[in-house]
Amino acid sequence: MIPAAFEYHRPQDMAGVLAVLEEHGDDARVMAGGHSLIPMMKLRMADVPHLIDLQDVGGMSDIDVSADTIRIGAMVTQADIIDHAGLADAAPILREAALQIADPQVRYMGTVGGNVANGDPGNDMPGLMQCLDAMFTVVGPDGERDIPAREFYEAAYMTAREDEEVLTAVTIPAPKGGYAYEKQKRKIGDYATAAAAVQIVKDGGNCASASIAMTNLSDTPVYSEDASNALVGTSVDAAAVDAAVAAMLGDIDPTEDNRGPVAFKNHVAGVILRRAIERAWSRA
Amino acid sequence: MKDEITREERVDNLKGMGCSRKRVEDARFTQGKGNYVDDIKLDGMLFGDFVRSPYAHARIKNIDTAAALEVPGVLAVLTAADLEPLGLHWMPTLAGDKQMVLADGKALFQGQEVAFVVAEDRYAAADGIELVEVEYEELPVIVDPFEALKSDVVLREDLVGEDGAIPDGAHGPRKHPNHIFTWEAGDKDPTEEVIANAEVVAEESMYYHRTHPCPLETCGCVASMDKVNGKLTLWGTFQAPHAIRTVVSLISGIEEHNIRVISPDIGGGFGNKVGAYPGYVCSVVASIVTGKPVKWIEDRMDNLMTTAFARDYHMTGKISATKDGKITGLHCHVTADHGGFDACADPTKFPAGFMNICTGSYDIPTAYLEVDGVYTNKAPGGVSYRCSFRVTEAVYFIERMIEVLAIELNMDAAELRRINFIKKEQFPYTAALGWEYDSGDYHTAWDKALKTVDYDGLRAEQAQRVEDFKAGKTRKLMGIGLSFFTEIVGAGPVKNCDILGLGMFDSCEIRIHPTGSAIARLGTISQGQGHATTFAQILASEIGLPADSITIEEGDTDTAPYGLGTYGSRSTPVAGAATAMAGRKIRAKAQMIAAYLLEVHDNDVEFDVDRFVVKGAPEKFKTMKEIAFAAYNQAIPGIEPGLEAVSYYDPPNMTYPFGAYVCVMDIDVDTGVPEIRRFYALDDCGTRINPMIIEGQVHGGLTEALAVALGQEIAYDDMGNVKTGTLMDFFLPTAWEVPNYETDFTVTPSPHHPIGAKGVGESPHVGGVPCFSNAVQDAFRPFGNRHTNMPHDHWRIWRTANELGLHD
Amino acid sequence: MSKKMHIKLNVNGKDEEFLAEPRELLIYTLRERLNITGPHIGCETSHCGACTVTINGKSVKSCTMFVAQANGAEVTTIEGIGGPDDLHPLQTAFKEHHGLQCGYCTPGMITRATKLLEENPNPTEEEIRFGMAGNLCRCTGYQNIVKSIQAAAAEMNAAKEAAE
Repeated sequence: MIPAAFEYHRPQDMAGVLAVLEEHGDDARVMAGGHSLIPMMKLRMADVPHLIDLQDVGGMSDIDVSADTIRIGAMVTQADIIDHAGLADAAPILREAALQIADPQVRYMGTVGGNVANGDPGNDMPGLMQCLDAMFTVVGPDGERDIPAREFYEAAYMTAREDEEVLTAVTIPAPKGGYAYEKQKRKIGDYATAAAAVQIVKDGGNCASASIAMTNLSDTPVYSEDASNALVGTSVDAAAVDAAVAAMLGDIDPTEDNRGPVAFKNHVAGVILRRAIERAWSRA
Repeated sequence: MKDEITREERVDNLKGMGCSRKRVEDARFTQGKGNYVDDIKLDGMLFGDFVRSPYAHARIKNIDTAAALEVPGVLAVLTAADLEPLGLHWMPTLAGDKQMVLADGKALFQGQEVAFVVAEDRYAAADGIELVEVEYEELPVIVDPFEALKSDVVLREDLVGEDGAIPDGAHGPRKHPNHIFTWEAGDKDPTEEVIANAEVVAEESMYYHRTHPCPLETCGCVASMDKVNGKLTLWGTFQAPHAIRTVVSLISGIEEHNIRVISPDIGGGFGNKVGAYPGYVCSVVASIVTGKPVKWIEDRMDNLMTTAFARDYHMTGKISATKDGKITGLHCHVTADHGGFDACADPTKFPAGFMNICTGSYDIPTAYLEVDGVYTNKAPGGVSYRCSFRVTEAVYFIERMIEVLAIELNMDAAELRRINFIKKEQFPYTAALGWEYDSGDYHTAWDKALKTVDYDGLRAEQAQRVEDFKAGKTRKLMGIGLSFFTEIVGAGPVKNCDILGLGMFDSCEIRIHPTGSAIARLGTISQGQGHATTFAQILASEIGLPADSITIEEGDTDTAPYGLGTYGSRSTPVAGAATAMAGRKIRAKAQMIAAYLLEVHDNDVEFDVDRFVVKGAPEKFKTMKEIAFAAYNQAIPGIEPGLEAVSYYDPPNMTYPFGAYVCVMDIDVDTGVPEIRRFYALDDCGTRINPMIIEGQVHGGLTEALAVALGQEIAYDDMGNVKTGTLMDFFLPTAWEVPNYETDFTVTPSPHHPIGAKGVGESPHVGGVPCFSNAVQDAFRPFGNRHTNMPHDHWRIWRTANELGLHD
Repeated sequence: MSKKMHIKLNVNGKDEEFLAEPRELLIYTLRERLNITGPHIGCETSHCGACTVTINGKSVKSCTMFVAQANGAEVTTIEGIGGPDDLHPLQTAFKEHHGLQCGYCTPGMITRATKLLEENPNPTEEEIRFGMAGNLCRCTGYQNIVKSIQAAAAEMNAAKEAAE
């Protein structure tokens, strides 16, 4: 498996990246860890005449945890997320999810930015970021803009990011309450058959707020506002969970693949969400 | 002379049979100094790679190579038209069929080789492939063998006469243009009569899905034609290097002495590397054409899509019994999907391999087997993936039929097995389908297994679990998988086993050096089995020189004696026997030398561990080391100098390893996720040469069995597209998905093998697949499950639960 | 073909400089350009780990990295981990505990394990299985690989204790 030839660019700063993007338009692609893009190039399913390697562009590898927000640079790897003590305290769902992505070697290379920007419905971070109501910062020829994760994904590999823009950071309001990232997969290294990201805030005995997003069950990640709302104000009893699952099932649209047919995926999506809610509630 | 060390110490020093000698291969592998075919680098070496058909069935209207030839570094693009004048556009298969080397007018499966691009490096070759323009006309695709037998679409036009007549194939008459053969064993009418009149009959249809051996190293070769000396050297991933040499000679016309085939280190084989593939032929041709060495290495997708699938057997069975569970008859029909060419790697007289071992470990008086081979638009292959020829299919079939019969009889499946086992005193036992089982003690093994796992306790726990499930206390079911298998390995007696006319003996040649070390060469080739370690152990025990002083060499046809290679667990049964027999020839000569040196009659000395001693006077002896020196350096009247021997061993029978496996599994009914709680494997492989290596083989074979049973498949869509072409979708479990295994053993030596060994590498796969499958099925038995097909991946397990109403 | 780049690498402590097409995959650089054939190619899609090397302190699948990306990096392969005169405890343990059969996955497996033990000198069986899940083995069923890594960890910890 040998990719087609390409011109390699390794700019030292974002201006350099944007210049290459501007010059080559569609023919240029940025690459962080490369673990989504390179296999596609080797299979000659992605044609990239100009490859822009972001590794020398500074300022995108930091994790900043403050009282209200968490900012994660696009070049932060899954391994960085797993190893970051402050993050494990502030947003433990990130670590729980990152540990379920691919395998150790891939997690050293795979970045948050690549995972969320690529638009692959199999990736775990997009659903997670929708659950956390993250904001994606992109920079382009016209400067910087923020796009909510919940509005970022349009279709498989189609996002609100323009071709000449680069995703530079993810900002998350510090999550509160209980959390769970529940994923069913065939083996380590596989994408999810179904995965659910859940954050729940408990107040007294009741759910004060909830956020639910699902992975690999549509051509985009699915933030289910109705499912989230179904829990709010309840004691997260069986009826509430049933309602949340029913709402979620109304929002997803899985397709058949080697992981199984649609009926199975819908069923498992429900089971996984139930388990995620249960675990998140127990931690809330 | 006083002996300074004890006899026990002398035995230990040899590191002979029975000890867990550490492997001599490991030093180079752990330091990155293995030498696999892709490590070979020769001056001026070129790279070849294939343009492959994206269609499963298509007419090839035109191939335009002009643009590809413009790519800098691309030297040639070979097509069938280029190979035709050489007579190399088709090649013989191991099964008596012929196969296109490069698509000759049409493509019959997705990924079929269409053109071979030869370039200065792999980058230019890859770029050239992109620019070869092939004009295809799509044809109707058949991926279902039952449909193939009804269809008007003729897949192999070369096998149908102009008048539409269907000439006989290599295995007799054909019923339909897409039919390859019908093969029978046993007695049809008596079997049908027994079943028709039986008290109880269980019937079941099952599909053993298509899968692939998928060794971590793919197939590849380097061909180097030395035009000055007229010699062709071919390095490659060959499980049978001598057979490859003979085949290359037969199809190329190059005399066999001018061909040197070398199997370097092989990164796993599992049956994938038995056959001859178009890549080998094209590399040889390209080297002859260019005068330069040519390397061809498959990528993983090529490997999964084209070389050597396994299984793909649609099996229908009827098993009859008395009311109290004594089996009276077995009927089996198989529709075998062989893909576009019949390239199955089986002994010539056995187009369905040893499927006729499908009476298993049971005393079944009457049986009949019929197999129909069929062409479809899928890749050719049909190799024995970690098993002797089709034995995995046979054992799966009977171990499922036993479970289904147990359901029919409402009987415990362990007990049903017990009352039908062939009894110890019945061996040698001639089965209804013809094989003579050499030895066995099934009841002892079974009882030991059931006792160790506390079978009754497990059943009680399972019953409680069912109650709990019904009461809503748990959503997990518990399955107890049983399997008892008898393998048939060590092909085999030349009288009934050959491949392309090559008798399936094997060989060993030993040369003892004057200072008492030795080299032995064999006709086999290790792919991880540790031959360099274990064969030296056999020899150490036979000739009394330390295993550490014996080099084992395999895989170079210029130096090794002729042999049929390593697959079907034949190395120990056949080459291992040859090794022992050659060792005994060495010992016989050593005895004469020792007697001369000790000044006694030949019959007055006897072998003792590492020496010959004068009978009754153990203080008078000559060590093998001393004898070796004398053999070369002392004039001994009537004995020629030197100490060498060669043995070509034609086994009198196969060997019949057996085993008893138990798997305990918990199944999440809602997600279909199985969890293996416990796996117990008792193997009886006869005499145990190296327990450490046996255990390693068992672990590995069980893991491959787990993969096949729980998810590994080569799946096609209706258009003949392979859906499982990468390791994302083709299930190879990681360390995370694999349990720890408990291993155990009994020892029932083979009575006809010189050292009593039977072979073990494939047993765990053969016995493991039905054991994992039975565990899944057993979990659902209390809810009415009878049979569901593998692979038991999450969604299929979920489907079973769903169909049984467990989600309602 | 695209224009060649000037590449500098430090591989197993040795500086290397050469011109290469940027699309050259690091695994081919190592195996074909530098004749470092310990790392192998198994799947080419970053699933099997046979090509695992250590790059700037991280375990990386070198089939999924362009040489251009690695420009300037420090690379360690199995050849740099230990040789006949200075075997790494993992190399010894894999032999001692039958942690390999065909040997094809072994260089990647041991290379990954060195990093695992660096990060977690005392891993549980579960941590080993999880930490090694990026490396496929078709022969051993992993049981003896786990055992080998446990043994090497014990050996390394004992040596460390003795040195302190």
